[in-house]
Amino acid sequence: MISLGQDEIAKYPFLAEAGQYLNDKGFTLEQFATDPDLKIIVDKAYERIESAAEGKIYNLKTDNSSDKDIILPLNVFSFLIAIVLLKLSGLNTLINRFSLAEARRAEKFLERDLVSDSNKTSEEFAIKIFRDVFSITIKKAGDYFVIPISDYLQHAVNFHELEWKLVNRHVENGMVFLTPHESARLIRKELGGYIGTKIRAANTPPMSKGFEDKVHKLSNLAKKFVVDTVVSTEIPPCIEHAIEALNKGENLSHSGRFMLATFLLGRGQTVDEIAPLFKNAPDYNEKITRYQIKQVAGETGGNRTKYACPSCEKIKSNDLCFATPDCDNIINPMQFGKKRL
Amino acid sequence: MLENNLKFLEETFKQYYFDHFDLIRVPDRSTEREYGYKKFNSGMSRHISLKTDKDLHLLLMTNLPSDVFCSNGYYSFPNLPMTEKDWKEADLIFDIDAKDLNLPCRKDHTCIKCTSCGEVSLLQDVCPKCKSNKLDRLSLPCQNCISGVKKEVLNLVKILTTDLRIDDKNIRISFSGNEGFHLHVTNSSYNQLGSKERGDLIDYIMFRRAIPERFGFKKNNPSRSSFPDLDDPGWSGRVAKDLFGSKSKRSKGITKIISDGYPVYRQRLEEMGKNSIGVKIDPNVTVDIHRIFRLEGSLNSKSGLAKLACENIEKFNPYTEACLIGDEPVEISANSPIEFRLKNRGFGPYTNEKISVPKYAAAYMLCKGIANLA
Ligand code: SF4
Ligand SMILES: [Zn+2]
Ligand SMILES: [Zn+2]
Repeated sequence: MISLGQDEIAKYPFLAEAGQYLNDKGFTLEQFATDPDLKIIVDKAYERIESAAEGKIYNLKTDNSSDKDIILPLNVFSFLIAIVLLKLSGLNTLINRFSLAEARRAEKFLERDLVSDSNKTSEEFAIKIFRDVFSITIKKAGDYFVIPISDYLQHAVNFHELEWKLVNRHVENGMVFLTPHESARLIRKELGGYIGTKIRAANTPPMSKGFEDKVHKLSNLAKKFVVDTVVSTEIPPCIEHAIEALNKGENLSHSGRFMLATFLLGRGQTVDEIAPLFKNAPDYNEKITRYQIKQVAGETGGNRTKYACPSCEKIKSNDLCFATPDCDNIINPMQFGKKRL
Repeated sequence: MLENNLKFLEETFKQYYFDHFDLIRVPDRSTEREYGYKKFNSGMSRHISLKTDKDLHLLLMTNLPSDVFCSNGYYSFPNLPMTEKDWKEADLIFDIDAKDLNLPCRKDHTCIKCTSCGEVSLLQDVCPKCKSNKLDRLSLPCQNCISGVKKEVLNLVKILTTDLRIDDKNIRISFSGNEGFHLHVTNSSYNQLGSKERGDLIDYIMFRRAIPERFGFKKNNPSRSSFPDLDDPGWSGRVAKDLFGSKSKRSKGITKIISDGYPVYRQRLEEMGKNSIGVKIDPNVTVDIHRIFRLEGSLNSKSGLAKLACENIEKFNPYTEACLIGDEPVEISANSPIEFRLKNRGFGPYTNEKISVPKYAAAYMLCKGIANLA
């Protein structure tokens, strides 16, 4: 494992061994649950989860000092206690959102550390994270970082914007050139996955009285995000991808939403069944969403046309196709999984 | 296929294999591969595992296959069903076929065969005999198409060895046995990639979905200096060559592009991918990490020619070098409206004629469906 200094652990608290860290600082978990002087940390931990749930990147606010000796540990403690609260709540939605938000926070630091004129140790440390945590070897080349094409592809395929396609990248000699910003962005998803895995693998401590109230508040918070539509039978990759993006609270383009709605309507789902899928979209508005789906279903609007699911070709041109061999030359996602003779 | 045609082809193929055991070998890491074969007149058998050349030869002698395949993928258990095979990695494979180039000469060496009455005739929309529109298209040998495919292959090799930095040694080029070439890349850093990642690699090679921003045109304030230059690496350089032709024309070219505007440039890039600089590989082949791919040294039942590795593709002449069936005379009745050449000898045109031709030509015409045993 990477050895961490005070600075680094505050930027990348998920790299720390939680129990070890508390021990080293001379604390026990029990103290956080009982000691009134430490209540502020528990409050900060809750705020940290709350802002993550709302899709914001946590920024520690302190009343008075900008004293490093206070801020840095506070940053780490609030993270560690947030995990304790999440484990106690057992709420997967919140764990996912928290991991994603923490990944984006770390991404900002990574980017800053990679920028050429920042200090050398930070840069080396950031490169080390790429290598040790994600097994990607990135190297500096002038203002850019270069990474092997095969490594690049394994991460870049998670993005649907055209600019991430290999054809739209500077490629030379088996390497892809990236700015510090792009380098950090490239591993956001994996960073989120890494943090999520670490949280899931952590032991759940026994419940303490001092945490009960916060844990209770968390389950109320989570209710806002529950999606309980179950989509059954075989789903083509494009649709799976769209649902996944929405569940993670990522933005899905208009054509993506249209494709998803028409597909599910075609499979016999109702507006009531489909609308909740969009709940996590950053711009969700229940009324508007329902109206739009109804319109696609031909249940409202002037001409009452029921729209059909677009063809694979159309979907490809919108960059929403993620064909696998199972797609086997079908021309419309509706045909997916149906045996052809 | 008629019973006696079938018997003849099975015997002919068997004889070829018997005489050419030296050409047909299991590839490296054979025990990790899946094999499959087809028979004339029946479907595919796959999920077969073979250890040695001997096992393979035995399969050829006992099953009399029309086509033989081997996986690009490596598995722990190649003979189990797909979900239990335990995929490890897959070689990067490419297929470039004359039909995908769609050259203008194509209509001159394509004929149609009516699936209702069996009539063979020059290219047209309906069968001249029975007016049916259910027609199969058959393409006969064409040197021009082969040259076109070779050019694509060389372009592909260039991209693989420069942009993707694949070692020359690890690229194997072979004639597909019909009218294309296969490339097989082993031991590269791309072996681990899944289908999705290969999909992106395919778009790269075919130059699809390129955006103007990457090639110098910022939507709102295009700056002249960011347009590609002829000696840029990778696609930038190739795009510049295609756009400007020469360094001296670059400046003028940029002025024109900017004044035509963003949407025109976008369109232009798309067309370049389709019609000029994009390499015309078959994307369905390259995306597939579980493909069973024609085995080198085996015969292709679409033609009776062999899939054969070529050391020097520029000099390679498939219609002589891959035509490896014997030349004892065979009586057939042939129906080929088009003349063609095999082994430097011209054949046809024939109109339902009884003729005597060398065995390789008989096998070729039977495979194409334009002749029957007399
Ligand atoms: S091929 Fe069709 S069904 Fe498959 S992912 Fe692409 S658009 Fe969807
Ligand atoms: Zn006919
Ligand atoms: Zn031709």
